[in-house]
Amino acid sequence: MTERSVLHDTFVIERAYPASPSRVFAAFASREAKDAWGDTGDIAEADPSTGPAEFDFRVGGHERFGNVYQGVSYTYDALYYDIVPGQRLVYSYEMYADGVRFSVSLATIEFVETDDGTTLTWTEQGAYLDGVDGPDAPRLRQGGTGEMLDGLAKYLA
Amino acid sequence: MSLAAVLQHVQVLETSGLVRSRKLGRTRTCSLNAGSLRSAERWISERRTFVERRLDRLGEYLADTAGQPGSGHTGPAAPHAPARNQEDGP
Repeated sequence: MTERSVLHDTFVIERAYPASPSRVFAAFASREAKDAWGDTGDIAEADPSTGPAEFDFRVGGHERFGNVYQGVSYTYDALYYDIVPGQRLVYSYEMYADGVRFSVSLATIEFVETDDGTTLTWTEQGAYLDGVDGPDAPRLRQGGTGEMLDGLAKYLA
Repeated sequence: MSLAAVLQHVQVLETSGLVRSRKLGRTRTCSLNAGSLRSAERWISERRTFVERRLDRLGEYLADTAGQPGSGHTGPAAPHAPARNQEDGP
């Protein structure tokens, strides 16, 4: 039986970019731009089995993609709630590992014009589900089969 | 702090997996599950690191596309663009 737990966390990251808020915002607003900087191609390969990638950048629209990392299939599913061009983005996203939901997060990205360009503030509030202390934890965090079997062995002991 | 309040706190900590408690007769013993704390911290810090890496790449992307037609780029920001691509190669 899976041990149930929820862990809550908020982190805030601030960055300054020498570019106008409209340019920084535009980097989030199209698949083409986002693919140019935001994909995880360096650590993972796309996984067609999780369904087609989707990028529907409007309030109520979804962004979805899947990839495989160390043998585990990860799925990302985001829903946009608030889009203010050049100023703000609010979306939620779920993460799945092999079909098991392991986090639900709310991300707020703010773009503020400064003398030197833009200050971007990324605030992410997350509920991290199960797995933190359960038998699935190493698998969800590291995706290693060996660790999964170790966890299973400990669980069964 | 009332006993009821203490028990409520313990329950929250137990639910999060950070603390374990055992009741022996009239005594309840609590212990910190240090392994859980470490793994939880690591898990969340990995998420934060992931976002930081993406924002680094956003900075490189913005520098690389500065001045391109349709970039909406306006003058004064250009001199601040990091000149890192030469060293980082290939």
